[in-house]
Amino acid sequence: MEKERILIIGGGPAGLEAAYNLAENNYAVTIFEKDTEIGGNIKKWVKLFPDFGDAAEVRKNFKDKVTRQDIDIKTDISINELYSENGKWFAKNSSGNVYEGNAALLATGFETFNASRKEELGYGIYNNVITSVEFEQMYKTGKIITAEGKTPERIAFLNCVGSRDEKVGNHYCSRICCINAVKQAIEFKELVPDAEAYCFYMDMRMAGQFYEELYRKSQEKFGVTYIRGRISEAAGTIDNRIQIKSEDTLTGLPLKMTVDLLVLMVGIESSDSTTALAKQNEINGEYGFAKSVGLHGSDNLTKKEGLFLAGSCKRPLTLPETIADGRAAAIQIIEFLKLKVKN
Amino acid sequence: MEVKKHYWNQYQKEIADDDYFYERSCIRQTFFPGSETTFLRIMKEELGKNIMDDPNLHTCTGIGYHSDVVAFDTTQTVCARIFSLMTDSGLKNYVPSCVTSFGLFTELIETWKHFPEELEKTRENLRKATGREFELPTNIAHPSDVIFKFRKELKEKMKYQLVNKHTGKPLKVVEHIGCHYGKVFSQHSIGGAEFPHVLAGMIEEWGGEVVDYPERRHCCGFGFRQYLVMANRGYSVANTKKKFESMKPYKPDFIVANCPGCTMFMDKWQYTIAEMEGITYDEFGKGIPVLSYEEMAGMLLGYNPWDIGMQTHQVQVESLLDKIGVEYDPKDKYIGKSGNYIGEPEKPENLKV
Repeated sequence: MEKERILIIGGGPAGLEAAYNLAENNYAVTIFEKDTEIGGNIKKWVKLFPDFGDAAEVRKNFKDKVTRQDIDIKTDISINELYSENGKWFAKNSSGNVYEGNAALLATGFETFNASRKEELGYGIYNNVITSVEFEQMYKTGKIITAEGKTPERIAFLNCVGSRDEKVGNHYCSRICCINAVKQAIEFKELVPDAEAYCFYMDMRMAGQFYEELYRKSQEKFGVTYIRGRISEAAGTIDNRIQIKSEDTLTGLPLKMTVDLLVLMVGIESSDSTTALAKQNEINGEYGFAKSVGLHGSDNLTKKEGLFLAGSCKRPLTLPETIADGRAAAIQIIEFLKLKVKN
Repeated sequence: MEVKKHYWNQYQKEIADDDYFYERSCIRQTFFPGSETTFLRIMKEELGKNIMDDPNLHTCTGIGYHSDVVAFDTTQTVCARIFSLMTDSGLKNYVPSCVTSFGLFTELIETWKHFPEELEKTRENLRKATGREFELPTNIAHPSDVIFKFRKELKEKMKYQLVNKHTGKPLKVVEHIGCHYGKVFSQHSIGGAEFPHVLAGMIEEWGGEVVDYPERRHCCGFGFRQYLVMANRGYSVANTKKKFESMKPYKPDFIVANCPGCTMFMDKWQYTIAEMEGITYDEFGKGIPVLSYEEMAGMLLGYNPWDIGMQTHQVQVESLLDKIGVEYDPKDKYIGKSGNYIGEPEKPENLKV
């Protein structure tokens, strides 16, 4: 008997974890990944918070798990249409190829906020204003340097770029930026112990396990300075440094300093695929994310029979949460297909 | 990175092609008396445009409104009267000379769009007070927008460029748009508030180089509550000083501004700071010349600097004229339109002339 097939849109952690668990339970899976390689946003990271785990190793583990006959991985394919007909699900790509399955899982993940939308922060204007993603890519080379090739003597990290920001229309917290700033500040101080590292924040949201400990360690062991205040303006100086203006809201005083490198901790936004495919299926929720039936107990279900959700296509999630959610989605899909056979 | 530097492009606006109704500023004719006349001359003689300069116009109340001494209802009614004069003229493209007027009129149109009851109340108030009716303009643009729109056409007519004739290098120009031009509604400005392009576009088109200094967006010191209240006036000077200190390392050749107050304060506070602290912000102790954009355009078009009012500046402009190679007769500097000697100001102690 031919195995039932599940179409998974997105080859990131949620999609891969779901695919592995479905295959383990004797289902056939097709994964559609728009990039050349699977792995999703982990591809951009070197070390993971809060334990400085090796992102490449996590990615390799995923790859090993899904490299098997019953998982068909199709890379460089963007799904433009996702629809159901007569109890089957169909995914159509830009070339017009249509793929058929018994159920579909939307695992289209997130995209990071385009920092140039915060014009006052000078991203894309001044070369020494970079994003947290660019910091990570630079860290991969083993050194953090300015655009002029100098080792920074002073660096600033700014949290909530594109998150909790009414001006850009994102009221929500992206949940990963605070701890990522702590991680990256430590990484920087490990590389350049004599340099100064400042982290500007509204609230340090250290809700995950070992987050608070890492935050404390960053101050006690590495001397990272935390300033409660948003940066209102970043401007280039004649020597290509960045002048920043803020207010230290704990002391109530305005603050101006010049740094060699400003790192913008960009938040999480819905990916274009998520927004488009969710809208097609009338499951579009707030801020372009996909909407599940309910947070408690039915968070992987949608109002469309046979269409499921996993990972950050619903809202910002950490990596462990995403992986767990992919596994949960697999269980929901298995239950659905079993029930369908029974009926 | 080069591509991203042009992202001011996302802030564009509709600017009417012709048939403008011009509103003069309350204060510019005192501080930079040739600027508005120069704008009208450029519009009529260089560009062949139809523009009306109505002598019956009056204040928009902008300074009083922003200083909380004029009530919003009054402001709306007074501005409605200006619109009624435009309605009488049959013109619909409104061009206010003052940046604060521009910001205020834009704010009123936006208010009336969202709160139509305010518009009806204003119509009623104007009717009761004057018996007049008014129509809303179809287009509002600041004159700097209009010059920006026609910057390429004007370039073809220009006698000079913003180039140092001795070195052949572009002049380094500090531009300042004025808070009420771009910070009230950035979508109604060219280039937005953070990386404004209305003056930068003129400078670049006419051969100069824009100085992007750290305090580029900072207030010029014309904050109404700072300079109107004598006890606060130190804040005004402090703001301007902050800008000068920030731009000084770039050695700008001159400053160009499009707000009446910004142009005035950045010019005159240089004298004040020089008297108070003995500091000037150029290499030779003469200060950095400050021009309005109309003066900049008129100067490059070859208009006599003394005809466009450049002798009324606090910081003297001859060093700039000489850098560009503008022809002028020093003897005519203080000869008025009637041909009579109009007198010379006293020479300051610290700011060299």
